[in-house]
Amino acid sequence: MKMNGARIMLECLKQEGVDTVFGYPGGTVINIYDELFNVKEIRHILPRHEQAGTHAADGYARATGKVGVAIATSGPGATNTVTGIATAYMDSIPMVIVTGQVPTALIGNDAFQEVDIIGITRSCTKHSFLVRDVKDVATIMKKAFYIARTGRPGPVLVDLPKDVQIAQAEFVYPETVEIRSYKPNLEGHPRQVEKAVAMLLESRRPVLYVGGGVVLGNASDELTSLARKLTIPVTTTLMGLGSFPESDVHSLGMLGMHGSYCANMAMTHSDLIVAVGARFDDRVTGKIATFAPHAKIIHIDVDPTSIKKNVRVDLPIVGDVKDVLSKMIKQVDKQKEKVAGFVAALGPWHEDVAGWKIKHPIGYKQSTTIIKPQFVIQKLRELSDDDAIIATDVGQHQMWTAQFFQFNKPRTLLSSGGLGTMGYGLPAAMGAQAAFPDRQVIAICGDGGVQMNIQEMATLVQNRLPVKIVILNNNFLGMVRQWQELFFDKRYSQTCMELPIDYIKLADAYGAKGFLASKPDDVEKVIKQGFAEKGPVIMEFKIAREEKVLPMVPAGASLNEMVLNA
Amino acid sequence: MQHTISVLVENEFGVLTRVASLFSGRGFNIDSLSVAPTNEEGMSRMTIVTRGDDNILEQITKQLNKLIDVIKVIDFTDGSGIEREMALVKVTAEDESRAEVLRIVDIFRAKIIDVTPKSYTIEATGNPLKIDAILDLLRPLGLKELVRTGAVSIGRGAKGWKG
Repeated sequence: MKMNGARIMLECLKQEGVDTVFGYPGGTVINIYDELFNVKEIRHILPRHEQAGTHAADGYARATGKVGVAIATSGPGATNTVTGIATAYMDSIPMVIVTGQVPTALIGNDAFQEVDIIGITRSCTKHSFLVRDVKDVATIMKKAFYIARTGRPGPVLVDLPKDVQIAQAEFVYPETVEIRSYKPNLEGHPRQVEKAVAMLLESRRPVLYVGGGVVLGNASDELTSLARKLTIPVTTTLMGLGSFPESDVHSLGMLGMHGSYCANMAMTHSDLIVAVGARFDDRVTGKIATFAPHAKIIHIDVDPTSIKKNVRVDLPIVGDVKDVLSKMIKQVDKQKEKVAGFVAALGPWHEDVAGWKIKHPIGYKQSTTIIKPQFVIQKLRELSDDDAIIATDVGQHQMWTAQFFQFNKPRTLLSSGGLGTMGYGLPAAMGAQAAFPDRQVIAICGDGGVQMNIQEMATLVQNRLPVKIVILNNNFLGMVRQWQELFFDKRYSQTCMELPIDYIKLADAYGAKGFLASKPDDVEKVIKQGFAEKGPVIMEFKIAREEKVLPMVPAGASLNEMVLNA
Repeated sequence: MQHTISVLVENEFGVLTRVASLFSGRGFNIDSLSVAPTNEEGMSRMTIVTRGDDNILEQITKQLNKLIDVIKVIDFTDGSGIEREMALVKVTAEDESRAEVLRIVDIFRAKIIDVTPKSYTIEATGNPLKIDAILDLLRPLGLKELVRTGAVSIGRGAKGWKG
C-alpha cells in the first residue's frame, strides 16, 4: 500500500512492536504527528522537554529490555536530545531516536531550525542515518532497530527530512536485515570457555566482577547459577547492581570509588578476576598500576573494544554473556568431582571475605535529631515492593542508593553510570512507569538534579504516571561539596543551593501531592503516605547537610587505599 | 611505530567523517589517509598510516571494526603489504641546477610533467621512503611546492582481500 514517509516510519514502529514513544512536536515533524492521529496502537507521551523525553525512552528501555523510542523536531528539538543520547550511549542502552530535518533541498543552507544532528551526535550514537529517499525509510528503520538492540546495544539516530515524510512510497517492511559490515560475534569460542573454566577451577581466590552487560544481556540467572555452583564471591559495578541478588551470602556489593571495603579488598587480593559484561572503568579500578596486582583476568564481553582497553587481560572471550555463561555452566557440570574439590579449597578465601565484611561493613552513624540519608534509603527498601523500580539522578543520593538499597533483581535500578547525568532520574522513572503502570516506580533524587527536569511533574500528572519522587534535600550539590570538603580545604565554591524551595507547594502547583519529613521520626510516616497515594508524589526529606558518602577511594588512589571515616 | 592499515568501507554518506572523528575523538594519530572507490560497487578503500604501540594498534583496529560501515580492516605492519605513494614536486631549476634535477629524476625513475624556464614539475612514485629520499635530494635545489598522495597499500601474493 502507498503511504507517505511519516506514516511509513510509524508503521515500522508498529512492526517492531513499539507500544510507547516519547516525543515533542515541531515544524519538521508535524507530518509525523498528523499521521499519529490515525495510529491507535502507539501511545505517545509528551514530555515537557526533549531531553526528558529521551531519558524517558532510555528508562523505558532499561526497565523492559526493549528498544526505547524518542521523537524530536529539527534544530533545538534535536540538540535537546543530545544529553539523553549520550547518556544512553555510555550505558549501552538500545534506543531509536527519530529527528525531523529540514527538507533535503535546504540541508546545508542554514535553514530555519536546521542543525547537522548527525554530525553533532556522531560520537555518542552507535550509528546514525540520514534518510534521503522515501523508498529507504522502511529499510533504514529496520536496520536502526537491529543495530540498536544487537551486539553491544546503543542509541541509533534516524534523521528524517520533511520532504521525505511527505513523499509517497509503497510500504513493505523487510522481514530480515543483512548488513555485511555489521556482524556481532555472539557465540563465545568453546575452547576459550574450556580454558576459562580450567583457570577458574585452579584459582583459590576468585572474584566475579559483574557489569551492566549481564543486565543488558538478560544473563542474571546464568550468572547467579554459576556463582552459586562454584561459591565464588560476586561484586558488581553500579550498572551491574541487581544482576546478582545482594541478599546472597556470596554478594560483596558494589566495588570501586564508593564500593564496599570487602569488594575492593577482594579485588586487591584475588588471584583470578572473571569480568563479565564490565569495562574496567576508572571509577572501578582506581589507580590502574596497582589494580588487582595478584590476579589473572578473564574478560567476557560482547564488545571486543572493551577488552584490553584499560587493563591487561589473560583470557579474552568475545561473545554474548548469556551464551558464554551457559557454556561455562555446562563445563562446570561435567566436572563434578573437580568442582567439589575446588569449592572445598575456597574455605580460606571465604573466611578472608567474611572477615573484611565484618571489619568494615557499609554503615553510617544514626541520629535521633536529624535525618540521615542512608536511613531514608533503608526505610524505602523496607517499605517498598520487592519488584519496585528505582531511578536515580547523579551524586551522593545515587551512591547512597547503590550502597544501602540492596538490589536483588535485574532491571530494578535505572541510573546514569557512564555519563553521570544529573536530571536523569525523574524522566527515567517516568519512562519505566509508562512501561509498568502497576509497579512501584521511585525516583530518588537530590535537590540539585531534581530541578534539572522538574518540569516533568506535569507529564506525570497529565499521563497519570504515579512516580514516587524522593528528594534527599541537603541544600547542597552534595557530591561536589564532599570533594571540596575533603580535597579543597572546605572552599564551598558555588555548591550551596541557597534558595530554599517549597517542594510541597511545587507538587501542589502541578496537581500532585507533596509530603515533607524534617526529623527521623517523620521518615516512615512520609514514605507510607507517599506510597499510599494513587498519583505522583514528592516526598522531601531534609537530611543532614554535610553527610558524606563513605567509604571512598580518592581519585587516582588504589582500591585498597580507602578513606573509611573522614 | 608506524603502521599502515587498509580499511574497506561502505561507500555511505559520512563514512570518512566517522573514521576521521574516531581517530580524533580517541586521540589516535593519522600520518596520512587516502580514500577512493574500489572495483566492488558501493565499497571504498582507505589506507591510513598511523602510529602507536601494540596496544594502541589493537584498539585502533577494534574500534574501526566496531564502526557499522566498516567491512574489513587489514593491518599490513608485518610486511605482508606493498606500499606506494605518489608525489608531485615543483622545484626550482635554473642554470646549472637544471641538469642536477634531471639527473636526480633519472636516478629515481621519476618523470618531468611540466617545464618552465625557471622550474620543473616532477612526478615521483614509489615506496614512501623512496619519496622521502628524492625530496631530500631536491630540497637544497629549491622546493617550491609539494603534494603527496599518502601511501596506498595492497597485500602480496595471489590472494585478494577476500582470500
